[in-house]
Parts: sequence; structure tokens; C-alpha cells
Amino acid sequence: MTGTWFVRGARVLGGKPADLVVSDGVIADAGPGLAVPAGAQLLDASGLIALPGLVDLHTHLREPGREDAETVESGTLAAALGGYTAVFAMPNTDPAADTAGVVEQVWRLGAAAGYVDVAPVGAVTVGRRGETLAELGAMADSAAAVRVFSDDGDCVSDPLLMRRALEYVKAFDGVVAQHAQDPRLTDQAQMNEGPLSGTLGLTGWPAVAEEAIIARDVLLAAHVGSRLHICHVSTAGSVELIRWAKGKGWQVTAEVTPHHLLLTDQLVSSYDPVYKVNPPLRSGADVLALRAALADGTIDAVATDHAPHPVEDKDCEWSAAAFGMLGLQTALPVVHQAMVETGLLDWAGVADRMSIRPARIGRLPGHGRLTGDGGLPGYGGLPRSGELDRSDELDRQFEVGAPANLVLYDPAASWVVDAAALASKSRNTPFAGRRLPGSVVATFLRGRPTVLDGKPA
Amino acid sequence: MKRHLLSAADLSRDDALVVLDTAEELALLANRPIKKLPTLRGRTVVNLFFEDSTRTRISFEAAAKRLSADVINFSAKGSSVSKGESLKDTALTLEAMGADAVVIRHSSSGAPHRLAYSGWIRGSVLNAGDGTHEHPTQALLDAFTMRRHLGGSIDGRRITIVGDVLHSRVARSNVLLLATLGAEVTLVAPPTLLPVGVDGWPCSYGYDLDAALPKSDAVMMLRIQRERMQAAYFPSAREYSRRYGLDARRFGLLPEHAIVMHPGPMNRGMEIAAEVADSDRSVIVEQVTNGVSVRMAVLYLLLGGREPAEVSA
Repeated sequence: MTGTWFVRGARVLGGKPADLVVSDGVIADAGPGLAVPAGAQLLDASGLIALPGLVDLHTHLREPGREDAETVESGTLAAALGGYTAVFAMPNTDPAADTAGVVEQVWRLGAAAGYVDVAPVGAVTVGRRGETLAELGAMADSAAAVRVFSDDGDCVSDPLLMRRALEYVKAFDGVVAQHAQDPRLTDQAQMNEGPLSGTLGLTGWPAVAEEAIIARDVLLAAHVGSRLHICHVSTAGSVELIRWAKGKGWQVTAEVTPHHLLLTDQLVSSYDPVYKVNPPLRSGADVLALRAALADGTIDAVATDHAPHPVEDKDCEWSAAAFGMLGLQTALPVVHQAMVETGLLDWAGVADRMSIRPARIGRLPGHGRLTGDGGLPGYGGLPRSGELDRSDELDRQFEVGAPANLVLYDPAASWVVDAAALASKSRNTPFAGRRLPGSVVATFLRGRPTVLDGKPA
Repeated sequence: MKRHLLSAADLSRDDALVVLDTAEELALLANRPIKKLPTLRGRTVVNLFFEDSTRTRISFEAAAKRLSADVINFSAKGSSVSKGESLKDTALTLEAMGADAVVIRHSSSGAPHRLAYSGWIRGSVLNAGDGTHEHPTQALLDAFTMRRHLGGSIDGRRITIVGDVLHSRVARSNVLLLATLGAEVTLVAPPTLLPVGVDGWPCSYGYDLDAALPKSDAVMMLRIQRERMQAAYFPSAREYSRRYGLDARRFGLLPEHAIVMHPGPMNRGMEIAAEVADSDRSVIVEQVTNGVSVRMAVLYLLLGGREPAEVSA
């Protein structure tokens, strides 16, 4: 199936139409009006946008332990259908991914499924219990080559443990991805703390519980000179803190989920747990601040926090329901609606926030690249906003020799989300019944199509 | 009226007045030797109680039986039912039995909404108290009681609600209903026990009980749970009682005509002194009596008809 592919007339990063020849896992030729190589399979991409394959810094694949909700195979198929070529798999599995053995297991399952590259995230602490450091170095040295560490689902709330983790991972250029949530300020929390939590009688999850941890952690990262990544930023106040930290030149990066770019806490008034997520849906003002921060680069990346749950964990009363939403197959259309249709990002910007920067933050070679040189672009440096402006001069083109990880997207299409039609084993999408713009037509992983005509290849 | 009664906000002013007027008519039944109407004969009302509340369950049971409905009491507490899917399964079971109305009490805010709008059952859903959200029939019986004692109308009456507003479904429903009926409601509590966003509620609020009492036509004391101390809402039971309890001295600050209310069960000596609870201006026992009439009215209007019932003398 690898062979040679001739992709005709794709608009790379939304630029002028050009042809791509994909062969041996790389872009073998690129430019307008190319000749079709002998034996190549033809893919008419007129009207389609080509982006580097998307990279998700935050996916829950649930395996091992909760194969009823998702498996590496079902989750990575959903990822490929959503235009992804790599996902970072969060370690809150059962057992937790806190040893070289577990991260290698997840990595091998990903390789066996073959839909996307699976980069396991290692737990910061043993069992994600926040007590003692896990063997971070062993996970870094394993076949899975872990570079991102997180106790996601729980905050590394002990400041001393957080400091040590930040320091320790410097030895292998790792990064700690913090789930910023003060546990004491969010005991039993059910939804955003605001006027609506008061009238609905649901325990509030105040913005300050996120912001206080971010404030502490950017100071810790600065103090020890380490890289810090903030998971699923959800409040306007968090944005201000990250902007301040970046202004100091500290090595802080951040992500936002698609649902926090589109949905608000007003949806909770239905008490439908499909809208229950952690961190919770926030106010309209927070949504606008997050969009602005993603547009100006204060927030580096869109990450899905794809969190599958079986039907029985959502088809119940609010307080008994699990936190989390599906995201992999709706992420690009949601970003299209929230960021592109609003004029906040162009397609080069989408590529930057959904592929290039996440790959760089996670130190993932071969992804998020338009160029063929061997190293990671900007490796070791801080991502800057507007970095892709130069792609206009290059007429927004893949370079010959770049890895053929790419997605072809039809921006003119639209679809109504049908939860039952998604590839995930779970159904908990908050976008069910909504019309979203655009659709993923094809995804290539190292020159091999994983998705064609919007279906598994 | 809407098909379900989930929140006091579901009631327009006209709806609420119809309920109260209907309850007045139905209250006349209590004085008759045979306290029963045939109105809901052949209809099935299920009392679905996931939380212990003998007084509320008995009140609903008496109301449904006086309207000749068949009553099924389903106490989920202590059974295998605890949470999650089981609410759905319980609902499907009740639907299979042909429940025309489900009266639900649940510890989880919004559980009645889930029951009403998840497509599990077709009957009317009546919220008998959900978590820290609402308890609309309690508000109706409180309004009924106030109306009787405050000159036949709630309009312009000054009602002070005191205590743990944050965790009180009674307070939420009362604020909404009393505002709909034109009352001036004031909440008094320590700042820790007022919810975020209370400044957007249709009422005023303050921290000083002594200042509020002289301007009150009715004062409603909310139950305070001693375990709130563990979460640092207030330092001690004694301090709470000293600052927010209705003792004899504070009782003396009320106008002569003012009444004292409590949704029960009371912590005597904590939020209310025994001599105040037992005074002749306390209407606490009457609230319980009125609960049956008001719940009859709600069941009648949800299941029976749209016009006020008439009870021939």
C-alpha cells in the first residue's frame, strides 16, 4: 500500500494549489504542474488543504485497563480519521504507565495498530499517587523514548515533588506536563464555579484552583531552568499568567482543548453529563481569552484531551458521571470553526498549533515538519509566535525530503456529528448533533495512507 | 403548567397562584370525615426516594392517596441501587409499571432533570428535593403558609432566609418562587455559606441578622449541618449559633406580626432556640400540615386538570 502517490492540486497550508509526490515515506517532489510518475496512485486533492499530520499532545487511549472504553487500536484509528499522525498517550491507565514496561507495552500496541505513532507519556509519580518519583529515566531510555511526563488526571500538587521532577527530566530533555488543579480547592467539584454553579446546586471548580498552580509552577520552572508544559488551560487568568511567564523568557508552553475553544458552562444547565469535563467548561469570556491566546501564540498547541468513557459512565446523574469528552475526530473541524472561520488563525497557523509546535514540545522526531533536514526545527529553542510567516515566502510548500506525514482536509465540506459513527469505542462527544465545518479526506503516515475518502484505508 | 415540576422557576406567577388557590380548596378536605377525592383514581404515582426523608415521602403519599391515586413507594436507600446506570434502570422499571407521575428525591443535583429529559419515562416528574439544587414543593408550602399568615398575599412582604444558603435546596426554591410572587427576599448567612453569584439572584443578601430582623414579615431558619465545620465554613457550632441563631433576644427584634418558619428537621439550640421554635408565632408544625394540601394541588394540576379543583362543602 505504500508505493508512490501523486497528490494533485492540494493547497499546502492553504496556499496555492500544487502537486505532491509521496514515495518511500517522504515528499519526493513538490510543486505546481508536476508529471505523474509511472505507477503512481492518483489522489485528486483539488480544493483540499494539505497540512502536516496533526500531533496530539494529550490523548487517553485507556489501554491497559479500560479496554471497554477505548483500546490503542480504536483510539488511534479515531486519531487517523481526525487527521492525526501522532498522539501522546496519557499514563492514567490501569496499571498506570509509570514504568518502562508499561510505556513500552503501549508503544508496541501503537506500532502494531499502525494508524499513528503513539508516544507514551510517563507518569511523574509512582501510581500517579503524588508521593514518590517514578523511574523517569528508565522510561526515557526505554524503546518508547518517553520525553513527556505527567500525572494527568491528577495534579502534581506537592511543590517539592514538582520541583524535583522539573529538575530531573532536564537530563534527557524531558518536559513535565502539569494538570493544574489544586486538589483542596476542588474537593467534590462538579462544574465551573460561577453564577450557574450557584443556581444549579453543583459544587464549583474555581478558576483560581488552576491559576494558583500555574503561578507556582512557572516560578518553579524559572527557578530550576526547566521546561514546563501546562495541560488543558481553561481560564482567562491562566492565559495572563502564561503570557507573563513567556514574557520573562521562561520555558513554558501550554495547550488548550477544542471544547474549551467552543463550548461554555451554560450547557451544564441541561445536567447532561456529556458536558462534564475536567477542567470544566468555563464562561464565554474565558473562551474568547483562550482563542485570543491561541491566536497570538501564548497558548502553543491545541490538544484534544480525548477521554473516552463507556455509556454507563455518562448515562446517569451528573455527580455520578465520569469527567471527559471525546475529541480526536472533531478537533480539526472545531478549530476550523472557532479559529479559522473567526479569522483568528489561517491554515498555516492551524498547522503550527496542531502539528509543528506539539511535535516540538514533545520532542517527537519526524512529525510536525515541512522540511527535510534531519533535526527538529527550532530544537531546544522556544517556539515563537508568527514563526510560520516565512512559509508565505516559500509559497507554503513541503520541502522535498520532508517526512510524508500529512493530512488532506476539505474546508468546504460540513457534517453533523453522529456519536455512533465515530471510531472510538465510546460515544461521549459533546458535539453530537452539531454541524461542524470541514472534513478529513486523507491521512498519510510516513507515505502510507491510513485514511482515504474519509474512511480507514 | 409545564408537564414536570423540577424547579420553582418552572412556575409562572399565574401557575404559582393556581397551585396555592387549588391548595386552599383542597385544604377544606382535611375538615371532612372522608378526606378523599376520586380525582386521580386509576393513576399511579411512584415515590422514588434515593435519600431518606420520611416526612416528605409521607406527605406526598398522603397527598396522592387523598386524590385516590395508586401509590408505589420505592425506597432506593439500602437496596442495591446506589448510583449511575441504576437511576436509568430504576426509571425503566417504573416506566414498565406504568407510572403516571414520579416523585423523586435524590442526593444528586439535577437527577430529576435526567429523569424527565433522558427519554427513560413518559410520566410527569416531580422534584421532591435534589442535592443542593431545589425543592419546589417546599417553597410552595412555605408560600402557602406565609400567605395565610400575612394577609392573603405575598406581594411586597419582606422575607428573611437565614443560614446555609450554599447547600440549601429549600433556599434556592424559595428565592425563586417568592420573587415570582413579588416578595422582597433577603438572605442572611456567613459569607462562606452564600454561593458565588448570589448577587445575581432576585433577592438581596447580608451578613448581619440583627439588622435584617426588624424589617422582616417572616423569618425562615435553615437547617445547619454540624459537619460543615470540617470544611471550614464556620469555626464552631457555638460561634455559628451566636452569630446566626434565632434565640430569644433576636426573636424580640422581629415586628409583632412576624412569623418564624423552618423547613425541618430542626437543630434546636443551634440555628433556632427551643422557646422560639415552640412560640405561638412559630408556624413550623403548620408548614407540615400545609405540605399535604400543596402536594395534592401539584399532583392534581400535573395529572388531573388545569382548572382549580372545587370541593363542595
